[in-house]
Amino acid sequence: MNWRRAVIATGLLLPVIGLLAFGLTRDPKAIDSPLPGKPAPDFSLSVFAPGEGTLAMSIGDTVKLAEHRGGIVVLNFWASWCLACRDEHLDLSKAARAYHDRGVRFYGLLYNDQESSGRKWIEDMGGQAYPSLLDPRTRTAIDYGLYGVPETFFVTSDGRVAYKHIGPISERQLAQKLDSLLRESPGTQ
Amino acid sequence: MTRLLGSTSLLVALGVAIYASVALMWGARRKRTDLLRSGELALYTVWGLVTAATLSMVYALVSHDFSVKYVAMVGSRATPLLYTVISLWGALEGSILFWIFVLTSLSALVTYQNRQREGTLVPYAGGVLMLISTFFLILLAGPANPFGLVSPIPADGPGPNPLLQNHPLMAIHPPLLYLGYVGMSVPFAFGIGAVLSGEIETDGWIRLTRKWTLVAWTFLSAAIVAGMWWSYEVLGWGGYWAWDPVENASFIPWLTATAFLHSVMVQERRGLLKLWNLNLIVATFALTILGTFLTRSGVLSSVHAFSEGPIGRYFLAFIAIVLIASFALVAGNSERLRPTGSLDAAVSRESVFLLNNLFLTAFTITVLVGTLFPLVAEAIRGVKISVGEPFFNRMTLPICAALLFLMGVGPALPWRVATRDVVRRQLVPPAVGAIVGLIASLLFGVRSPYALAMFTFGAFALTANVREFVEGTVARRRAHGEAPPIALARLVGANRRRYGGYLAHIGVLTITLGIGASATFRTEREATLRKGDVMEVGRFSVRLDDVFYRQEPQRDVMTAGVTILRGTREVGRMEPRMNFYPTSEQPVPTPSVRSRPAGDLYVNLQAFAQDGSTATLRVIIEPLVPWIWTGGMIVCLGAIVSLGGGRKERAPAVARVRTAAPPPAPIGLEEAAG
Repeated sequence: MNWRRAVIATGLLLPVIGLLAFGLTRDPKAIDSPLPGKPAPDFSLSVFAPGEGTLAMSIGDTVKLAEHRGGIVVLNFWASWCLACRDEHLDLSKAARAYHDRGVRFYGLLYNDQESSGRKWIEDMGGQAYPSLLDPRTRTAIDYGLYGVPETFFVTSDGRVAYKHIGPISERQLAQKLDSLLRESPGTQ
Repeated sequence: MTRLLGSTSLLVALGVAIYASVALMWGARRKRTDLLRSGELALYTVWGLVTAATLSMVYALVSHDFSVKYVAMVGSRATPLLYTVISLWGALEGSILFWIFVLTSLSALVTYQNRQREGTLVPYAGGVLMLISTFFLILLAGPANPFGLVSPIPADGPGPNPLLQNHPLMAIHPPLLYLGYVGMSVPFAFGIGAVLSGEIETDGWIRLTRKWTLVAWTFLSAAIVAGMWWSYEVLGWGGYWAWDPVENASFIPWLTATAFLHSVMVQERRGLLKLWNLNLIVATFALTILGTFLTRSGVLSSVHAFSEGPIGRYFLAFIAIVLIASFALVAGNSERLRPTGSLDAAVSRESVFLLNNLFLTAFTITVLVGTLFPLVAEAIRGVKISVGEPFFNRMTLPICAALLFLMGVGPALPWRVATRDVVRRQLVPPAVGAIVGLIASLLFGVRSPYALAMFTFGAFALTANVREFVEGTVARRRAHGEAPPIALARLVGANRRRYGGYLAHIGVLTITLGIGASATFRTEREATLRKGDVMEVGRFSVRLDDVFYRQEPQRDVMTAGVTILRGTREVGRMEPRMNFYPTSEQPVPTPSVRSRPAGDLYVNLQAFAQDGSTATLRVIIEPLVPWIWTGGMIVCLGAIVSLGGGRKERAPAVARVRTAAPPPAPIGLEEAAG
């Protein structure tokens, strides 16, 4: 037995064990975000998927978050490779239509994906009611401290992040959050 | 009564397992036959006690004995019998009980099979297996005790996790996975046993180790494919792999075990890579434990995360002991694992195996890093990051392409030296196959460079491996005048290891083709239909006929009746369902899958109107998906063929010559053939 080598092997393994020990002290599901309550990072991004009906915009239009003061904005980060996004997309479209008249605007933000794949995904999924935006080099995703997709941010009429939802969101959850936000700022239409 | 029998058996088994490990190891060290005998007896006793505990649990589940904690957690009077029995592995405590049952069964089997073998390798290996058993028995005695008392006794339970009682594949996938995962303990025990007994300097132990690695690898391969199948049939998203931590946890040790199965041939044939092989065995075992830790302790977020118990700390301590003890032991003895041969030429079969190991190791590290990265990022920078599919796909596809290429080169090249003539003669047919594959995929409209590389190198490797069977059969037919089927059977029978390996390659290539085609040519549509509405998907039309509700004892079921048409001709009816379990907020889908060799039609019920007037359907055309499942079966068949063969004539002779020299370990001198 060559003890020197044995000790070296042990030394190499200690960081691995330390990392795992650190992992135990963390809860992977508790994701604290510095954002809620803080001003929502501004962005100016272009539309690549127009949306449908009265909610539609034109491809290439620029969406600036700052111009939405006075109304509630829902930002949904998604990707064509994301499985959970498939589960929520129907609910998001329904809510976007239902709350459009009350001044709520929905935007999809394509995360880490090709524009063409995103467009094909929307087509395959039977459409998306609201416009989706391109996020080049995931700048906006970084600003929002995105953990993964899907994530949905609720921006209040005075431009603060009110809630952040991680994972697929349901119509019921969307309605709950939007209703309570609309109650808090009844003056906005 | 059942409770008492179960918990007492486990407690006694813990004590006996500790004794067995001490007796076997001390007895082997001191050459005390009496201790060895009693240790062996103790090992069988542990198996008997654990079997009794496992059977008690099955009895408690079947008889709905809700005084038993585990039954109260996962049992329900309404659950069908099959799912009641298999809920044994449906939650944390039961799955650990099942784990130790498999582990002690394998320990007893290995000890019994090799009871005549001389030397101290087997006792040391038995001791190592009993140490591992001790850890799991401690878990069962303390933090994960399934036999706890529930008082007052509930009248009924919640039933197993809905996802686990929704498909019969749940009866197959977990046992296969445990056999594969736990099976890797056996080669590990032999590896450590070989170091401790001094047999590491001989070659006999490597045969036992190879055999058991192959056994475990077969189960693990089958388990991974069955898991993909389950995910496809149950989750309703129409896919089979998502680089989820749990999937990665089963895949990482598979990669290192695959590397070992290849590099072990270089050790047997040429006396090279001895230290590397031992490291691969130890790493494979450590990775199975690491995978279990990651997915059971709630360290990583996963779709399949088990209930988070307090067992994380126990697992961490166990991993620390396993890693440090085994790698320190291997490192400390590395001088005894010097190569006894040398690499003769840069182009030869052994050099292909070296490259194969290089790429498989790169694959392992990539998947491991991708899986652990969220943890590293949080530890260093305090940020939460998730690593998505794009990372894994981008990083692993080039490695896959390289491995496919090697899979075609390896069988074509001879050992030692491949002359330029041989290389040319052997590689021309696969190269032609590759060109055909490339042209065919271009004609089918494949444009992505990765997909093109997959199909081209896949065709290259397929030609090379199929050619081995064809040429061998033709040669036998010429030489012996045998009919082709007999010639083929005798060809394989004469060298089962080799042809079993090629068959496994063909299985892997079939899987690759299935994955490549379904990823490239998948067509997916989703639409909300009223009754009588038709949606078009590819060459099919899907008509919604009715939406109806049905009550079953354990769940409520919403079904959409759908007619499939091609043109105006009705070709079938499908009934995707959505199941509502009382214990689950989310409904669990049962997609309907219509399988044909060319591919599947996959229909999932996504949503429906309460009054049954409309239903939202997701319809996917999945080309060649059944090939993945078929390929998995071919891989296992190849492994089984290969298991029957051995290199019995040569290895012992070599071993005997070499064992004459080393001074310690006199018992290891006589190398038995078994």
